[in-house]
Amino acid sequence: MTIEEKQEELVEDFSMYDEWLDKYEYLIELGKALPAFPEEKKTDDRLIKGCQSRVWLDAGMDGGKIVFTADSDAIITRGIIAMLISVYSGRTPEEILTSDDAFLDRIGLRENLSPTRQNGLLSMMRTIRDLAESHRN
Amino acid sequence: MTVQTFRTLFPALDGNVYGKALVYFDNAATSQRPASVIDKYARMSREANANIYRAVHKLSADATEAYEQGREAVRAFIGAASREEIIFTSGCTAAVNTVAYSFGEAFVRPGDVIVVGEAEHHSNLVPWQQLCLRKGADLRVLPVDEEGHWQLDELGRLLGAQPDGAASRVKLVAVAHISNVLGLVNPVEEVIGMAHAAGVPVLVDGAQGVVHEAVDVQAMDCDFYCFSGHKLYAAPGTGILYGKKKWLEAMPPFLFGGEMVDTVTLERTTFAGLPHKFEAGTGNFTAVATFPEAMETARLARDPQLLAAFDETCRCLEDALKARSDIRLYGASGDAAGPYRRAGVCSFTVDGVHHEDLAQLLDKMGVAVRSGLMCAEPVIRHFGVSGMLRASLLPYNTLQEVEYFMQCLDKAVAMLR
Repeated sequence: MTIEEKQEELVEDFSMYDEWLDKYEYLIELGKALPAFPEEKKTDDRLIKGCQSRVWLDAGMDGGKIVFTADSDAIITRGIIAMLISVYSGRTPEEILTSDDAFLDRIGLRENLSPTRQNGLLSMMRTIRDLAESHRN
Repeated sequence: MTVQTFRTLFPALDGNVYGKALVYFDNAATSQRPASVIDKYARMSREANANIYRAVHKLSADATEAYEQGREAVRAFIGAASREEIIFTSGCTAAVNTVAYSFGEAFVRPGDVIVVGEAEHHSNLVPWQQLCLRKGADLRVLPVDEEGHWQLDELGRLLGAQPDGAASRVKLVAVAHISNVLGLVNPVEEVIGMAHAAGVPVLVDGAQGVVHEAVDVQAMDCDFYCFSGHKLYAAPGTGILYGKKKWLEAMPPFLFGGEMVDTVTLERTTFAGLPHKFEAGTGNFTAVATFPEAMETARLARDPQLLAAFDETCRCLEDALKARSDIRLYGASGDAAGPYRRAGVCSFTVDGVHHEDLAQLLDKMGVAVRSGLMCAEPVIRHFGVSGMLRASLLPYNTLQEVEYFMQCLDKAVAMLR
């Protein structure tokens, strides 16, 4: 599945719920399903700046593809980063850097987050792109 | 007056968010405005939008008169001796900053000491911290214990003679009447008595206190009392600095320009008398014009029947939170807590659930609360947490809203666990 196809799938998943409370419930489920993140990796250099809750994001290379892992102390934030990882992990840096993130608007996520979490989402996307940039040869 | 009658004065409380009835529990940040304030603001915008003090024309005269009526309404509400002691600022923060700068310029020298409470809002902490950094003075803390109560023994030590017998170098004590996090009514009179006995003036941050307590600044005998209009039913962008005349006269101006001057040459300037000396630039005349209506609303809010209902509503919220073993409510009040009463503010954490998540879900259920550090990071850290959830009520909030809030809280916690 390409990045665009995965994004499309998420837009469809979210569109199944009418109420935002239910969309949050879906995000929370994504957050709960995110694999455990090792405690020793919860270091300040992996913290994403600009989030009110703490979010750690780590990137490693596997066969030319970036593998992202992440965690947060807030479950909705964990759900958001889990959703982003489902889109961007296992991709080459080029795939990530040539994709866009308009699907977040189509989901309606940006407008339905508090302003501080909107900033946090921006920071997460920026960090994912920065990590892709730094892993590009 | 019944809660329902009082409530009808506030159009916003009738509102819906996301198709659900609004439950507004973020009053410690901003109170809703009554129709009388909204209408006055609109009328002044239409009919008296002109610069105050400067011009001879009718619109300016009307705006100036309304501004001074606002000043008189505030003076009467807090029982100040004269209008000269009521300084309008842009908010409580600006009021504290004015004192920190001007009092600091006049009276604080290297090695002097400023004492602040540990549970202060940043607006009553950072200005003093920065003053001390500028002046080479020391910032000392009046600590709170695990119940959120002041440890006055420590204040006594700070105010007493130094170990070498020299006089205390404390120049000012700055404390909150009611902490915006703990919501407890602090024994400010006792602190003022202790400080005055040592010849030290006291600034009281009344941003929360003036909303919940009947304040008479002369009876309280504080030297400065600061608060904001937008937490007390008025239009935003307004703050009040009450100061005893003897201090305000002895302090230099903070900002320069506008009506605050007497005569100006290119070489020097003499300054206007009080209160104008501290009101540089054009004041927020449209918002200040809403003070007579806002103070009338605040007076209505102290109706005995309404207050009795409010106490009951607050107690229900407090009891409901205390009844849950997974909820930690900060600040102890009640019979065992001596003089400390809780005033409409409950800050708490829920085990295993992040405050931001809770606030976000509650929002989608129509409930407005505050979450996070609440501009009071030191006291949040004191209790060893990364943030709290705060429900803050006013007498227009109802028992039904508290019940709905607790149901929503249960539902949100269940979703998040």
